[in-house]
Amino acid sequence: MYNKELSQANFDALENYIGSLPEKKGALIPVLHKAQNLFGYLPKEVQLFICEKLDVPSSKIYGVVSFYSFFTMKPRGQYVINVCMGTACFVRKAEDVIKEFEKQLKISVGETSKDGLYTLEALRCVGACGLAPVVMVNDKIYGHVEKKDIEKILAEQSN
Amino acid sequence: MINLIINDIEVSVASGSTILDAAQKLNIKIPTLCHLDLHDLKMVNQVASCRVCVVEVEGRRNLAPSCATPVTEGMVVRTNTLRSVKARRTVLELLLSDHPKDCLICSKSMECNLQSLASDLGIHSICCEGEMSTYPIDNSSHAIVRNLDKCILCRRCETMCTNVQTVNVYSAVGRGFETVVSTPFDLPLSETACTFCGQCVAVCPTGALTEVNNRSKVWDALRDPNKLVIIQTAPAVRTALGEMFDMEVGTLVTGKMVTALRNLGFDKVFDTNFAADLTIMEEASELVHRIEHGGTVPMLTSCCPAWVKFIEHNFPDLLDIPSTCKSPHQMFGVIVKTYLAKKLNILPADIVLVSVMPCLAKKYESARPELSNDDIPEVDIVITTREFGGMLKEAGIDLPILKDEEFDNPLGESTGASIIFGATGGVIEAALRTAYEWLTKKTLKNVEFTALRGMSGIKEATIPINGMDFKVGVAHGLGNARRLLESIRDGKSHYDAIEIMACPGGCIGGGGQPYHNGDVEVLHKRMEAIYREDRSKKIRKSHDNPYIKKLYDEFLGEPYGEKAHRLLHTHYTKRQKL
Repeated sequence: MYNKELSQANFDALENYIGSLPEKKGALIPVLHKAQNLFGYLPKEVQLFICEKLDVPSSKIYGVVSFYSFFTMKPRGQYVINVCMGTACFVRKAEDVIKEFEKQLKISVGETSKDGLYTLEALRCVGACGLAPVVMVNDKIYGHVEKKDIEKILAEQSN
Repeated sequence: MINLIINDIEVSVASGSTILDAAQKLNIKIPTLCHLDLHDLKMVNQVASCRVCVVEVEGRRNLAPSCATPVTEGMVVRTNTLRSVKARRTVLELLLSDHPKDCLICSKSMECNLQSLASDLGIHSICCEGEMSTYPIDNSSHAIVRNLDKCILCRRCETMCTNVQTVNVYSAVGRGFETVVSTPFDLPLSETACTFCGQCVAVCPTGALTEVNNRSKVWDALRDPNKLVIIQTAPAVRTALGEMFDMEVGTLVTGKMVTALRNLGFDKVFDTNFAADLTIMEEASELVHRIEHGGTVPMLTSCCPAWVKFIEHNFPDLLDIPSTCKSPHQMFGVIVKTYLAKKLNILPADIVLVSVMPCLAKKYESARPELSNDDIPEVDIVITTREFGGMLKEAGIDLPILKDEEFDNPLGESTGASIIFGATGGVIEAALRTAYEWLTKKTLKNVEFTALRGMSGIKEATIPINGMDFKVGVAHGLGNARRLLESIRDGKSHYDAIEIMACPGGCIGGGGQPYHNGDVEVLHKRMEAIYREDRSKKIRKSHDNPYIKKLYDEFLGEPYGEKAHRLLHTHYTKRQKL
């Protein structure tokens, strides 16, 4: 689902998307979302491309990318695991869930596994507190996650 | 008009004014830190990030930042209640808790807004100790040093760079405690599109942004018995140096400055103004040549190195329109290391030429590779007006009590046309004084082109020459320059000649001048001093300078001729927009 390569096809797709926008002013954040969707991350090359196409200073783009934790300049794994650490998930032991992922994947939060398959992230509240603790793997949501579920969640991805 | 009461005094101010504006009208001082209002330059930093200016407003639960709170009818404000004073102290103590407290050895000591505010509020201990942010110092460029440990996130530099100069180098990066004002991708300044105009340094309230200090290099040269050490002084320096010695703003200190430089130990004290006259000979010749031979118009002046770097990055398709003339201090460097070296029978390598400039970009310019010859730079060291004033203090030379002396010759004689290079509109006015006479073969009676003077961002004038309307434009501040260039590129306006200066006000407002601390009146007074000096000169047209004539006769040959071209002209480089 995520294409990490800075392929011409991805740049073309991004350019088409920008071209399809009714108004370029104020479009920076949607464009960054689209770009991260295409490339998996927002390296300098992609930001400079957006700078050129939207006529927004690269300083501003970098400022926005560095401000929002959703945006990343590091390549991410094929599967991005987001463990919610919002209040509700936190009190329902989301920290244990994170620790278990760290143990099984042998990486810390914010890192990507050596095989490029998994990236582990923590985020603040996905707005599904009834399902706490919540884990998202790419767009798929897992609720009421316990330590023992993690092996199954990981196995599900590699299948 | 809106009526309100501040500290029991009634006041009426225009709608849209802030509480701070209203308090200023009543001469009530509210301390500020991040706030900066340079109305003449259309620069207002109103991010209200520091919260030092908080006041109490009746009926409002929270304290209000006076710099960003608009007045409302019937508002009752108290600026000095215990609550607001305490809040200010807390804000400042928190800022200081994440600020290096090395004031004694800080390059901004005694000129730091944070330091003086801490002193005003009587802060002698700090309530809280916590984590300190640390960043590597960026001294990658020849002009500007960034020490972000000292940054208080006021964002004045960003406002100046983005809104006034439209160079867009700075932006807030990261979030929370990790927020820092940085460049795209945290690149060192030397790898960005920074023009080194130094306006960020001019408005930085602390020691976060300062110039690259070359004082010790100059001292080393002065102490070297094997070097002939020569100094040249830019036009704008003499209008501002006195400010560093508490002389009245706008005092011309030309003669005292010459004496001071001799006292420091310079072997020859020359004037960049001489080279400004030389620049006019070349630039006016190029203009006349372009007009008579159907060359590219408009012709843009090329004296300002920040402006040159700006066009290289932002309008690489227009690099054929600036004049190919080197800037005056570089021309001066060439003449010193060729003509003068020969006259004095000394090797160029045994000369150290120092420029004292109102400018930070000149430091960068003198290091441009094409502006050196066989690895000998045309200009060896550049110091700013501020560094020069500092050297005088270091040497115990008290400028105000010095007698007036004259520049050395032959490179010290100059005309009124050359001094006005220091103010916006001056270079093109000086060029017109010469080009008009050359094109019409008539004497120009009134040499003052007043429409080209003053602080409006873009100025223009139409001058009838040989039955043609000759249209001249002037822009100062790079944002104005960008607007002017875009209108030319889009074919919306036509000019024959354009002057551009990167700094608002021209060189008198340069990034290396004594700090004006937000008082734009200072720029007006320096500008008046420039025109006063022009009027006091017997000769006011560059081509009438007898020493310039002699230089062409003895050495250069024809203006804009082969030799002049080889020595006094340059070329430009396309650079990335970034």
